[in-house]
Amino acid sequence: MIDWNPIILTAKLALVTTIILLIISIPLAYWLATSKSKIKPVIETLVSMPLVLPPTVLGFYLLMAFSPGNAFGGWLQEYFGIRLIFSFSGLVIGSIIYSLPFMVNPIQSGLSGVPKSLYEASYVLGKSKVETLFNVLLPNIKPSLLTGIVLAFAHTVGEFGVVLMIGGNIPEKTKVVSIAIYDEVEALNYSHANTYSLILFGITFVVLLAVYVINGGYLKKFWK
Amino acid sequence: MIAIDIHKILYTAHGSMLLSIQLDIEKGQLVTLYGVSGSGKTSILRMLAGLMHVDKGRISVHDKTWLNTNEKVHRSPQQRKVGYVFQDYALFPNMTVRKNLEFALEKGQDRSIIEELINIVELEMLQDRKPEMLSGGQQQRVALARALVRKPELLLLDEPLSALDVNMRSKLQDYIIKVHHQYELTTILVSHDISEIIKMSDKVYCLEGGKIVKQGDPISIFTNNQVSGKFQFTGEIITIKKEDVVYVVTILIGQNVVKVIAQESEILDLKTGDTVIVASKAFNPILLKVEG
Repeated sequence: MIDWNPIILTAKLALVTTIILLIISIPLAYWLATSKSKIKPVIETLVSMPLVLPPTVLGFYLLMAFSPGNAFGGWLQEYFGIRLIFSFSGLVIGSIIYSLPFMVNPIQSGLSGVPKSLYEASYVLGKSKVETLFNVLLPNIKPSLLTGIVLAFAHTVGEFGVVLMIGGNIPEKTKVVSIAIYDEVEALNYSHANTYSLILFGITFVVLLAVYVINGGYLKKFWK
Repeated sequence: MIAIDIHKILYTAHGSMLLSIQLDIEKGQLVTLYGVSGSGKTSILRMLAGLMHVDKGRISVHDKTWLNTNEKVHRSPQQRKVGYVFQDYALFPNMTVRKNLEFALEKGQDRSIIEELINIVELEMLQDRKPEMLSGGQQQRVALARALVRKPELLLLDEPLSALDVNMRSKLQDYIIKVHHQYELTTILVSHDISEIIKMSDKVYCLEGGKIVKQGDPISIFTNNQVSGKFQFTGEIITIKKEDVVYVVTILIGQNVVKVIAQESEILDLKTGDTVIVASKAFNPILLKVEG
């Protein structure tokens, strides 16, 4: 029988990461969609970099930054007693950075697609920017929000390089499914590796299928 | 009284243009901004609503200053009481007709206004529908009603009827005139439909290249020689046909088609699609009671 801990840990990591990402991505995407600031291209580049950067590069720099021997990690350790390296919180932070573009980009393009007159109509009706964001903009980009949530979740489930670099391979703490598979293969336990792989394969398929079904309007057709 | 004195450099497809406008609008009037596209009509509405930056100038509405660049007074769109009907209506797709109106309510405002407006624009049957399920004319009525929820001090209509067919247009013009009087609004309409302007507005301002080139009451602006007709209507020429020695001009007035005999000299500068005034001077019109 396989060890279920990596699966539970992966689910927990993906869930926590997705929730935090949603909270920080909405204001960030809103800013990127509406700002005319000169530093916007720089921020856009930084947000999108995890798309092309090898995860090991990201993992390596996070490892350097978080390790207590260095300035930032030492400061965290000293003042807050937090050690991000080889810990679940460290994994969450790494995953947030790594999956950021998968959440921000769909929301940003959704917001950019909302006609300007909708914002303006809301302002003229006396509503603040925040009221407009929550009552007018977000409800009208539900497909983009869903896409962002699902992609960020699925991407976090599938990550390997970052997790391995900063999380290590500590059972019940940082050993997620993707690492467990690697481990099992190393130990020549192909049947266990296969079970884990099938589970990931199934989850990914179901999750993506759900997005396409919902965003494609198939559900509505079916209900009618 | 609304006093407007605004200046702004606009960057258009044909280079930059200085928009420089001075207007005083009496309370309760319905005035029209008329001009070709690119003459700055929509920009004026946007500046009045606070949606566009003004380089220099003042806007005061019923003795309240909305904008004064010298004194650095700049009220945001939220702080001006404007009703704005956008060209594309800008209804919120995620809300029903009623929710669209309710969204506009201010904190603590009496909700009975919603019922009242829905009745005025006759949307009772459609109030639980989403905007995408409505026709253009119906969406237009929702947009108009929504703009009135806050009881605006200034109602701005940006070519609200341009996308509608003739029948619908005429009906909506009546709605606009009705709410304008009922709520004692001061209204600025952007339009380039001359018959619409003559029907609806007290005063028209003609814009050209960002400046007001003519202003006055619509009939005297749009007809070259003053007609002291006993009765007169504005319509659009549908066809001009030669019959023997005279011409028969077919004109659409509202929803009625009228034929008028004309001499060659009269039709020289007329063509299909022109807007004309049909007036009678010499004869007394006959009145017949319509039974019904």
